[in-house]
Amino acid sequence: MRGTLSDRTGAALLMAPLLLFLILAYAWPFLGVVKWSFTLPTPGLGQYHALLTDDLVQSVFIRTLRIAAIVTVVSVTAAYAITVVWVRGSPVQRVVAEFCILVPFWISVLTRAFGWVALLSNRGLINTWLQSIGFISEPLTLVRNEFGVIVGMSHFLIPFAVFPLASAMRSLDERVLLAARGLGSSRMRTFWTVFVPMTRSGIIGSALITFVFSLGFFVTPAILGGGRSVMIAELIYLRIFQSPDWGLGAAISVVLVVFVGALMALLFRYVKPKQLV
Amino acid sequence: MQQPGRAAEIKANGIGKSFGSFRALDNLSLDIGRGEFLTLLGPSGSGKTTFLMILAGFVQPSEGKLFSDGVDITNRPAEQRAAGMVFQGYALFPHMSVEQNIAFPLKVRKKSASEIKQRVGEMIERVGLKGHEKKLPAQLSGGQQQRVALARALVFEPGVLLLDEPFSALDKSLRGQMQAEMKRLHQETGTTFVFVTHDQSEALALSSRVAIFNHGKLLQVGRPDEVYDRPANRFVAEFLGEINMLPVKGVRPADNGATGLCEDRAVNMRCKAETIKGDAILAIRPEDMSIAPEASVNQNGIAATAVASTYLGAATKLDLTTRQGAKVTVSVPNEVAAAALSKGNSVWLTWPAEKGFLLPDGEQ
Repeated sequence: MRGTLSDRTGAALLMAPLLLFLILAYAWPFLGVVKWSFTLPTPGLGQYHALLTDDLVQSVFIRTLRIAAIVTVVSVTAAYAITVVWVRGSPVQRVVAEFCILVPFWISVLTRAFGWVALLSNRGLINTWLQSIGFISEPLTLVRNEFGVIVGMSHFLIPFAVFPLASAMRSLDERVLLAARGLGSSRMRTFWTVFVPMTRSGIIGSALITFVFSLGFFVTPAILGGGRSVMIAELIYLRIFQSPDWGLGAAISVVLVVFVGALMALLFRYVKPKQLV
Repeated sequence: MQQPGRAAEIKANGIGKSFGSFRALDNLSLDIGRGEFLTLLGPSGSGKTTFLMILAGFVQPSEGKLFSDGVDITNRPAEQRAAGMVFQGYALFPHMSVEQNIAFPLKVRKKSASEIKQRVGEMIERVGLKGHEKKLPAQLSGGQQQRVALARALVFEPGVLLLDEPFSALDKSLRGQMQAEMKRLHQETGTTFVFVTHDQSEALALSSRVAIFNHGKLLQVGRPDEVYDRPANRFVAEFLGEINMLPVKGVRPADNGATGLCEDRAVNMRCKAETIKGDAILAIRPEDMSIAPEASVNQNGIAATAVASTYLGAATKLDLTTRQGAKVTVSVPNEVAAAALSKGNSVWLTWPAEKGFLLPDGEQ
């Protein structure tokens, strides 16, 4: 923390509207949700007990964690490759990589999900093409299942996974890599034994951000999962808006928020906020 | 640990390097002898570091050839050159312990676990890091990090050790200690050392030879006393230490050297003046001049006025102005300086004919 007192007061004033907005529009209503979880339909811990025993809720939780884990591995791996090109590539490669990272931010999540449907569906571009070259006879089921959800979510999250990695790679001392080569290490070996370990904080930050984001995904799994791959956010939606079971929906929300909060706390133990942008 | 015969002999032949329109290094030819301690000295941007990077294989020369023990290595990548290197700021692997850092080059060379353990142990002992084996670089002091970097660069017994301003981050007392240690390591290993610095006293203290660079050109190579006492030109003369420049008129060869007029007084010089005729500059180191009570016909000398003094402990630095306005600095015993200043500031400056050397007039 640097700066004079008046600087800090100024910064606090500039941040105040956001904080106020978060309290009024998020924290305060959420307290209501917490209350529901203990009071609806009857006061007590009944909904939390249901959470631990309800097979459907449990299977959705497990599926959500599984999808989030796979998406995290896929996104961080892909993001790592893109970031290496973006940070260390030739000037032309850098521009191309930057374009690939930034363009997704300009397209809405809905558009992207439907774009994937167009690509992955039974009569979509990929299946039509594979059939036309005779590679497959029956269309592959690429969408309205977990595979489609993972593809769509990874595509959405890769750009977010890039920034912590880029920050870690940019702060890396070039001379350490030269030293490794000078000591006789091949490029491959230098990459795996020096470069990757030295970007560890970036990998942790990137993975935690991706994982936390994945847990709360709603639109992408709803569209690409086609109701067959329901994730936790969609389950909450169904409990609140379709089967009026507000108490259970609220209890799931509370558990999700607590879990995500714990992960964020873990994240900020490893990385400073400024390393994430 | 190392047979002196394994030290590399390096030959650079017409090496040049351009970065775009910037000429970093121009037509450099230099032989580095087996087991020698060569220092590349020059101001920043003079090309010395570029040359070191070319030796290491990190930078590809635009023209010229590089030979190691007679083999052309110009196009050999860095990882196959097997040169040990110590970087400015050490470039230790921050995620590896002291032990792992030093073991790295041996692991790369697929040495057996027992050999690695033994050689790393020896090296840790040799550089005085016992007890710090498991620490990470961030837990070490600057001097200790420096030792790890040296150990890591020497453990695989490279034919040549390249050092890029390794002491620039250390404070003065630690620097002296590390210099002594590096000299010892050089003697013990017998490896060829190529050392880059911009600190002239460091260069003179450590090296068997010094190569002086400026503006991408190699200006002079020689033993420290050679380059200090007989610099090839004014830049080398001034870069290696403080020096006084006195204009001398009508220089002509004479018995045992040359003669000429300095501030209207005849002066004799032992240095040769074949290439220099007419007006020239006589360059003399401050420690080679002294203050005499009065003028003497047999001795070189000019009148001067003391203007300022700086007490240096062992001696005093006296700034003077000659009658014709040349600025001169001399290093004299403290009591001589005190006497000179008390005597109305007017003194007689003398120097022996053997000291000093002639430079062409007007040369930069």
